[in-house]
This record gives sequence, structure tokens and C-alpha cells, in this order.
Amino acid sequence: MSVAVRVFVTGIGIISSIGFNCEETEDSLKSGKTGIGTMKNLVSVHSGEIPVAEVPASNEELEDLARIRKTGYSSRTTLLGIIAAGEALRCSGLDEDIGSFRTGLISATTVGGMDRSEKFFKSYIQHKSGGRLRYIVTHDCGDSTAAIADTFGIRDHVSTISTACSSSANAILTGARLIKGGLLDRVIAGGTDALSLFTLNGFNSLMILDKKGCRPFDEDRNGLTLGEGSAFIVMESETVTARIGKKLLCEVSGYGNACDAYHQTASSPEGGGAYLSMKQALHCSGLTPDMIDYINAHGTGTKNNDLSEGRAIERLFGYLPVKFSSTKAFTGHTLGAAGAVEAVLGIMAIRNGWIYPNPGFARQMSELRITPEKKLIRNTRIRNLMSNSFGFGGNNTSLIFSEC
Amino acid sequence: MEKLVQTLKEEIIEALNLVEMVPEDINEEAPLFVDGLGLDSIDALELTVLLEKKYGIKIKTAEEGKKILYSVKSMADCIIAGGKAWD
Amino acid sequence: MKIFINGQSAISPQETFTGNSLPDNPVNYSANGFIKCIEPSVREYIDPMTARRMSRIIRFGVCSAIQCLRNADAGNPGAIITGTGLGCLDDTEKFLRTMHNNEEKLLNPTPFIQSTHNTLSSAIAIIIGCNSYNSTYVHRGGSFENALTDAILLLRENSAENVLVGGVDELTDTSFNITSRLGFWKREPVESLRLLDYKGRGSLAGEGMTFFLLSNVKNERSFAVTEMPELFHKPADAAASEEKIRSFISRTCQEGSIDLVLMGLNGDISNDEIYHNLSGRLFSGIPRAYYKHLCGEYDTSSAFAMFIAAEIIRNQTVPRVMQLDGGPAGKIRNVLIYNHQRNNIHSLMLLSGC
Repeated sequence: MSVAVRVFVTGIGIISSIGFNCEETEDSLKSGKTGIGTMKNLVSVHSGEIPVAEVPASNEELEDLARIRKTGYSSRTTLLGIIAAGEALRCSGLDEDIGSFRTGLISATTVGGMDRSEKFFKSYIQHKSGGRLRYIVTHDCGDSTAAIADTFGIRDHVSTISTACSSSANAILTGARLIKGGLLDRVIAGGTDALSLFTLNGFNSLMILDKKGCRPFDEDRNGLTLGEGSAFIVMESETVTARIGKKLLCEVSGYGNACDAYHQTASSPEGGGAYLSMKQALHCSGLTPDMIDYINAHGTGTKNNDLSEGRAIERLFGYLPVKFSSTKAFTGHTLGAAGAVEAVLGIMAIRNGWIYPNPGFARQMSELRITPEKKLIRNTRIRNLMSNSFGFGGNNTSLIFSEC
Repeated sequence: MEKLVQTLKEEIIEALNLVEMVPEDINEEAPLFVDGLGLDSIDALELTVLLEKKYGIKIKTAEEGKKILYSVKSMADCIIAGGKAWD
Repeated sequence: MKIFINGQSAISPQETFTGNSLPDNPVNYSANGFIKCIEPSVREYIDPMTARRMSRIIRFGVCSAIQCLRNADAGNPGAIITGTGLGCLDDTEKFLRTMHNNEEKLLNPTPFIQSTHNTLSSAIAIIIGCNSYNSTYVHRGGSFENALTDAILLLRENSAENVLVGGVDELTDTSFNITSRLGFWKREPVESLRLLDYKGRGSLAGEGMTFFLLSNVKNERSFAVTEMPELFHKPADAAASEEKIRSFISRTCQEGSIDLVLMGLNGDISNDEIYHNLSGRLFSGIPRAYYKHLCGEYDTSSAFAMFIAAEIIRNQTVPRVMQLDGGPAGKIRNVLIYNHQRNNIHSLMLLSGC
């Protein structure tokens, strides 16, 4: 694997149920405020019964935050994406001028403009000529990506990835590889997903939504909590950052992608795919397990995921006192955005010297010997951090970010 | 009982799209999952929907589900008992 | 590093899957706006217990992927990557419909599980037992090119020796009905092979599941070489497109060495005008051919174009029915594929003999 070119992160942006931007997000993490609560924006028959982690704003308010012309035509997924990508570009000093370097956008989403498609469908199923076409033209996953690219004038490379819950981790992985492979100098990579009735009812039909809110790695955990949001990072090659003397937030030092190839929805009990993706990320970075100071686990809170991920961590890290936690009980599971959301939280952890607690955890899982962090650890040094994202169909991806 | 078992077999074949099968292929005493018919966790969810939709039986916990959905016989017993799992 | 095509497979509205890989006597459909794939014999590829949950796109996609691996005589690939513009439409529609009709209650989980865009890539991995790299690209008319770019990058990195890469999209009644309302398709019945004769708006909807086994190692099955594709987005004007195409050509082959240009003409005059305008300036004297009258218009039709271009190189002939202005006189070494989607996404690929 060509690792000669180093890839640095020079900008981050995030919006989720715990903050409209990086600063608010850090405040919530510091004070232990989680974003899980009752549905307000989404209208569902399950509203009183299933908690979610919503971004507390209407689409109209999001249009303001996105600083775009108010039309009401954008999907919520698009609006969230523009807000987070915009913050990442500002953070990297690229908001005025994207510059002359070969720049790409790789975004990820699982359901794209589904929040609008389901409105269209409600009328469409009554009659084939029903439903406003404006509500369906934003359906495809590429729509939100194209809107973000247009907003910021990105033309050299524009693509969208959809690998279920690991989508945006793969966007970051692919972006880093395109830079290392010499095809691009700079990539804005991340993901965006809005809550929708489609995903809410989908996961509910699988009976994996915890009515008490998700409790990752807890013995009594009973499923995940859906969230929404978006996060993006700006990655640049060392040639670019050296030439223009940029402030570096961290280095993307390793990544691994492997398929569990076990079952369409279930993870293998021993976490074969999870083990492989983590191992490959370590191999790619040239690090040994003891050099990873913190693992931000996928940790959804389902019986199945946390067991197989926990076992895979134990197998790879031996029984090292590895520090790990899941931040899903802060942000909810933001699906296609989750990999990028957790990458941004991870980068904040490296910058601030933090290890996050794992809200929802009370009782040790009987099958595991490792225990997630219970309290926020401050003033610690994180040399290297691993971030896991595992999806339906066994699409598993692990990323490693390193201090610099 | 016999009629219910036959109906259930037909409904299972339809719900799970077991295209190659006829009701006679399913032994009502044999386990539906893993070793027996080879069904999986998604099938369990589909059968849960089937029981609630057609027979008004709500499976509340995974433990209860395991008992009720063990075999065609256990499903029929549960329906006859009005929703209670038989041990 | 050269990237070799060691095997390929296409399920399409033509008999490409059943032996007639370069259709010199293609099926001519009397089409009411769309053409659909000829069905493969699914049981030869997937056992019924595994296939029972799969919708059409997954079943056909798995068949095409497995046949591709057989054609390449390859073991498990070092990566599985697919591109799809709209993914598993049928299951998405099914779940939406039931969700509204049942007022969000008592929903069958299967269509939801099968609706995610990565279903095919992971279904292939599960069936052949492949733990390698696995990904899915979903960017409209650039979905397949994104997947191909990733595949070639993996091979260049030496992260894999063989990569299975494909482009898949399905046409459903609902998607056809909605895109008809958007004015995408011809309203009058057409003879598919005469697609370019009907002047006016609208094209012919299509679908397909095409796979390639690419490798960075040449073997006895290798029959063509592919370059890194290039996409460009929303060009300012024709001059900007011309500049992009020129630079792609100079990057990938020698000046004047293109023997054939395979273009995405689709029968819609505003779409086709772009090709005609560029042809005079860029491709004068180079024989041109087209392919969408064979497969229809869809997001990943460029995968079908790549399949056809590779067959043209293998067979050293361009079927008459695809020629726009006579076939090449001599040896066919380099084929340029140029396609665009509503002038928003433009795609360039180059295939050569090996």
C-alpha cells in the first residue's frame, strides 16, 4: 500500500442533536449532555414511545444555518450536509476560495432525500399522478452531495458512498486513498443523514430500537437509538499543507475495510469482520495495539453488535487495558453520517486530550472482560485513536487518527 | 388442531417465500430454526409479524419468541391457548 | 501499472448473458418508453433458500457477478465494489407503501433490510464467502465510474490482485412512472434499434447488471486494458468539455491513436446535441458508435458501454447496428467511451487491447 504521502486533517465541521457546530458539540461532551429525547420534528405514530436524537431545528431554521437561499426545496439531509461541510471549510480557511488544488467531495448517506420521498409517496400511492415531483427529485443519494458540491464550487471529483452504517467512514477512507494515490490534493469527506419515517420504521420492524434509549455495552442493552446529523473533515496532502503553512489538526494514519460476509443484518458472533478491519487499519498505520490510546467503538447498543465488536476488540488488543467507549448515547446512531460524526468527535478528543464516557452503561456485559469508560477523562494524551464503523451486510471500516 | 397446523404451514411458506416447499415438507414437531428448516433471525421477525397480523398474538420478549416460534406445533399451541407460550 | 480485464458479464435487454456477448443481431423491441433485462436462470447461480428474499436487482446482480468470476476463472476477489444510481428500488417502494398503508404498524422487515444500497455488494460477499474490501458508490450517472476508480486505485496500491467491480440499476413500474412524469422518456412507442430516428425529447429507459474482474496481473484470460476513468461535473460550456476531453485523451493514449469513440447518444435531441457538437471538433475522422439503443438509458449504463467496448476489442469488430458512420478500417486498439447525464456528469473511459 502506498503510504508515502501523508494526509492531514485541516478542518472539521459537525451538526447533530448535541450541537449545531463544533463548539456546541464540545460543550455538550464536556457537560455530559446527551441528545436523546422525544420526537419533535419528525411526525410518527411512534413518537411517544421511541426516543430519537433529533437536531432541534425545523428545515426552515436549517436553511438559515446553511446560509442558502430559502426555497423549501432542499431535503433535510442536504441542509445538514451543507451546514457541516461549510463549517469544515471555514475551519480550514477554504470558505472564501476553494483554491487551485485538485479538490474532491466525497459524501455518504444511507437514505438521501427520504424525508421528502416519503411525503411524495403518501400522495403517490393514492394515485399515480399524485405527489409533487419536487418532493421526489431529491430522492437519490447523489442529490445531497451534488447540492453540497454546488454550494461550495467543488468540481474536480464528486462522489457518494452508501455502505449502510459505515458509509461516511468509507468516504474518509476513500478520500485519504485518493490523496495518497496522487489523484487529488484535497478532499472534503463525510456524510449526512436526516431522520426519516423509513429508517425509524425499518429499524423498528427489526425490533432493535431501545425504548429506554440506547445503552451501548451494557448487559441490559436492548437496541439502538436513531439520530440525525452530518459531519465533514477536510483532508489535505502534506505537499499542500507544507506549501501553504496550514494548521494541522491530526493525521489520517490508517484505515481498514473488511466484510464480515456472515449475514445480511447480523454480525458474526466472534466479530470476524470487525477484527479484520481493525487489524488492517493497524497494519496500514504501522502501529501496534499498545499504541492506540482510545477506541471510539461502533457500539450501537444492539445485543448483537456490542457483543461481536467487544469480542473482536478483546481478540485484537489482548486484554490490554484499552480505553474505549461508544458515543452513540450522546448523538444517537446517525447511520450514514455516523462514521464522520465519530471521526470529528475523535479529532476533538485528540485535540483536547479527552476520552469520552459511554452514557447508558451501568452493568458489565457478562461475556466481556473489557469495560467502557464511565466518566470523561481530561488532560490525557491520545497519540492515536481508532474509530470503528460497522454496517448492515458486514461492511466494516476502521479509521486511525494520530496527533501531529 | 390439524387444520390449524396445515394452515400455518401454508402461511409460513408464503410469508417466508419458501418457493421450493409444500406443507408436507415441514414436520410440525421439528425446530424451524437453524438445524430444522434452517430459518434465521429475519424469518423470526417475519413470523412474529405473521402471528400478530393473522392471530393477534403479540410476542413481547426474545425469550418468549424462542418458545413460541420453536416449531409449527408450538405456534399452533400458542394460538389455541390464546397467546400464551407453552413450555 | 496496467489494469487488465480478465472477465466480464452483462445481464441486459440483449442476449449478452447467454452467449451472444457482442450483439450483431440484437433484439429489436417495440417499446413503450422502456426496455428490460432478459432474465437469467437464477437457480444455476443461487440456491432457492438464499434467493427467496432477494428482489430482482439482487438476484440478477448476484448472477452476473458469479458468472463474471467464472468467466475470469478467478477465485475470491480482493475486493467487491458496485456502483448503483438508485439501488434497490423495488424493496424501497415496497416498504414505503406498506409503511403508509399500515400506518407504520406491523411491517415486514425484509424489504427494509434489502432496500439498502450496499445489499448487492454484501450479498455477493456472503454467497462467495469473501471477507475482502467491500464498498458501494451511489452517485447518479457517475456511480459506476466512482466504483471503477476505486477498483483501479486498489490494484495500483497493490491492496488487491483481483477486483470485482460492477454497475447495476433496475427499472421498476414506479420509477418508470415517476421519471415519465419528469419527461425523461419518449411518449410514443418506438422501435428500440431505431432510437436515434425519432427526433424530439425523451429517451428510452433501460436497466442492467454488468460486472468486470479487473487485475493488475496479466493472464491467459486477459483481453483488454482499462485506464483510470475520469468524470467532470457541470462544465461551464462546450469549450470547457472539449478541454477536459482533450486532456483525458492526452493522459491516456497517444495523439491520434483512438480507433473508435463509443458515445452515450440516447435519442433525446438536447442530450445528443452535446455529442454532435463535440464530434466535429474532437473526433473528426474517428469512427463513432453508440450503444443505448441496446440497453436503454440508466445511471450505470456506462458499465454496459465498457462491456461492449471490451467485446469490440476482443472480437475486433463493431456490429453494424452500433456504427454511426462506418466501422474502423484497421485494427481496433483504443476505444474511447464518452457519456454524459443531462450535461451534469460527464464520463470518460479508455479501453485498449493487451
